[in-house]
Amino acid sequence: MLLINLIGLGLIVLIIWWFWLYKPQSTEVTDNTDRSEITVIVENGTYQPAHISLQEDKPLTINFIRKDASPCAATVLFPDLEISADLPINKEFSVQLPAMKKGEYAFHCQMKMYSGTIVVK
Amino acid sequence: MDILTDSKPSNNTQELIIEGAGCASCVGKIEAALKNINGVDSAEMNFALRTVSISGNVASEKLIKAIENIGYNAKSSNDSSDDKLLDEKEVADEKYYASLMKQMWVALGLGIPLMIYSLFGGPMTVETSLERGVWLIIGIACAAIMYFAGKHFYIGAWKSLVNHSANMDTLIALGTGTAWFYSMIVVFFPMVLPEMARHVYFEATAMIIGLINLGLALEVKARGKTSEAIKRLIGLQAKTARVVRDNKEIDIAIEQVLLNDIVRIRPGEKVPVDGVVTQGHTAIDESMLTGEPMPVEKGEGDEIVAGTLNKSGSILSKATRVGKDTAIAQIINMVKRAQNSKPPIGRLADIISAYFVPVIMIISIVSALVWLNFGPDPVLAYAVVSATTVLIIACPCALGLATPMSVMVGVGKAAEAGVLIRNGEALQTASKITAMILDKTGTITEGAPKVTDIIVADENYTEQNILIIAGSIESGSEHPLAQAIVDSATEQSLELEKITDFQAIAGHGVTAKLNGQPLLFGNQKLMLKNGIALNDFVAKAQQLADEAKTPMYLAIDNKLAAIIAVSDPIKKDSIAAIKRLQASGIRVVMLTGDNRATANAVAKKVGIKEVYAEVLPEEKSNKVTELQAQGEIVGMTGDGINDAPALAIANVGFAIGTGTDVAIESADITLMRGSLHGLADAIAVSKATLRNIKQNLFGAFIYNVAGVPFAAGILYPFFGLMLNPVVAGAAMAFSSLTVVSNANRLRFFKPQEH
Repeated sequence: MLLINLIGLGLIVLIIWWFWLYKPQSTEVTDNTDRSEITVIVENGTYQPAHISLQEDKPLTINFIRKDASPCAATVLFPDLEISADLPINKEFSVQLPAMKKGEYAFHCQMKMYSGTIVVK
Repeated sequence: MDILTDSKPSNNTQELIIEGAGCASCVGKIEAALKNINGVDSAEMNFALRTVSISGNVASEKLIKAIENIGYNAKSSNDSSDDKLLDEKEVADEKYYASLMKQMWVALGLGIPLMIYSLFGGPMTVETSLERGVWLIIGIACAAIMYFAGKHFYIGAWKSLVNHSANMDTLIALGTGTAWFYSMIVVFFPMVLPEMARHVYFEATAMIIGLINLGLALEVKARGKTSEAIKRLIGLQAKTARVVRDNKEIDIAIEQVLLNDIVRIRPGEKVPVDGVVTQGHTAIDESMLTGEPMPVEKGEGDEIVAGTLNKSGSILSKATRVGKDTAIAQIINMVKRAQNSKPPIGRLADIISAYFVPVIMIISIVSALVWLNFGPDPVLAYAVVSATTVLIIACPCALGLATPMSVMVGVGKAAEAGVLIRNGEALQTASKITAMILDKTGTITEGAPKVTDIIVADENYTEQNILIIAGSIESGSEHPLAQAIVDSATEQSLELEKITDFQAIAGHGVTAKLNGQPLLFGNQKLMLKNGIALNDFVAKAQQLADEAKTPMYLAIDNKLAAIIAVSDPIKKDSIAAIKRLQASGIRVVMLTGDNRATANAVAKKVGIKEVYAEVLPEEKSNKVTELQAQGEIVGMTGDGINDAPALAIANVGFAIGTGTDVAIESADITLMRGSLHGLADAIAVSKATLRNIKQNLFGAFIYNVAGVPFAAGILYPFFGLMLNPVVAGAAMAFSSLTVVSNANRLRFFKPQEH
């Protein structure tokens, strides 16, 4: 019984670490042209990649390819930038973001089930 | 910030629209320039359509640059117009709905018989080897169903897990997965479990997958309805336009219309692009944009906007704004943006959503541990049921959907009434306004002074004579009231006469001569100074002044001939609209640069008690801060141009437009029709939307806060009740549907016009 309890507590710690404490690796966008560009696949409840990092003061183009037919995946919001877009299904759709100052910018679907961040360094 | 679509390099044919190609010789030049680019296989221009189709593996930006280099402009022919995107979306939604329904039937096909079997007391336990065999087959069938009907949950859960995130899929996958795994252990190794715990839950797995698919399918349908308003706006745009090119009228796709194209619009047709009428006369129905029911007369030189309906005549119009620049395209863009923005009230739900799923997972483990440690036998079975039920009943979706769905419908509803709301924040603040400042001129009144009364004092003259004489004098004057008199005369097609010896006397009026007769036109001071007997006309003039009119005396040959009154008429529905505002408990204040007497008279007429008159334009914003200092949440309504600073400083700035001539960027909320009813509508819609959001949030919170403890088995110690995981699945599937449906109720909201 003790063992089971310990396993249970271990699982809880694991959940806390995995979902909250772990700092995910981000995909660095390095591009020497004046506009960085990255493709993000919207599928199975996630943006891939979900964590994007880039240099300060560089506009970014994100080419979304939405493969998930669920209506949750249809809208992507960049609340800090006041930008939103409706993504067509199985088709590339480019969202142009302006040059950003240092900081973290979240992007997510309307319900925050899909979520990602842009880290500007 | 515009959202643009780029076309990527591809081997396909792409089409560009060329601007500035005026002659046939351009064709060769453009084609040659394009063919020179590496990777272009062929380039062919259709001169009549001003399009060029290019095949080859080249990015459109490169092609456009090449065309610009030789002095033309080009743009990609937009293959992702709102209209097409919307059609595609509908087709995709329909397909998704069909596949969800199929998956539901398959899952319920196994789930329902098993459920009925267990409800009628069929043993769901594994004791004999025959039972083991039968349950094994069912278990495998269940796995097949999980694969066919629930694959998306498991893949989604896995992918997001790898990404360190968790969502609804995670909960469903964990819940149904736990139930299935436990049941399979029962089937394969019944001996490791105490006899009482040898219970299988295949029916729960199948039922939950089926029910959640059903819930999702119904949600797709319900969501389609929330975007009805934007669909209607997009539907306003014409698909084709009839343009005059090379002296021929041809029908082309709307995307191909260029700036300065001459467009033919026949009766019954929609105006395809914004333009100026160059020939013809007609009446245009602008109600779809402004909510104003009366058609508007348009002649040469008048502006017309895309999306409105040509009612009577055939006209030619020169395109002044095309594509994404038209007023309707900008309105659609703004509404879309606002629909996707969140009012502050939604932020709490967002924060909760971010932690929700892992918290539920933890609660589920804790609940299982509590059952294992303190529960009655069979502890393991109870632990599994409670853990599964907690995972299944929690619904982050309902919480996440609560705000955006209502905002979507509310903003759309407002747009239908001619009210453009900039974002969620404006929507929320508008619902809380306690004081509303109204500018007088152009907001409460028409903003265009008119001759309202002519009182003839000398029987030798008719009203027309008076108007001719007054108009003739004033045609030389630059006073704003003078313009009203001249306009009134020309409106009645009266011919003005030539006057001589015109002289303006500041603060008094003007003097002049007509055919040698001396004329005096001005206020009482001018008459008294010249010794004109006014008698009882002074009282009549005072009466006019009390009615918010400006009376002026006309003396001919040193004898009073008439009083002419000019006023800026109050819009016909201002009184009713102001009553609506006051009835909803808002303190209505009038602000004007006009003189006190006129201001008081107007205020009295429309029922406003609080008036600030003779306020200089730059002082208007001070009045806003003054009210704010009194603790009011202040709305300011003005024309958006003169009142810009006050609009900006107010909690919510309302710009009132006349017709479709709207300054969309200048205010939090733009009223597309001149009527103040738009203002009352805006507040009513925002109140209704906020109420709806609160209902949704409350429902979603209560559902989760109450549902999770039930699922964990909190009722068991008191009543011996344990929630069935299938019931939890049903409740979860329908909770988000409830939220979407409640938001949809807003579609039927009708602001009261009385």
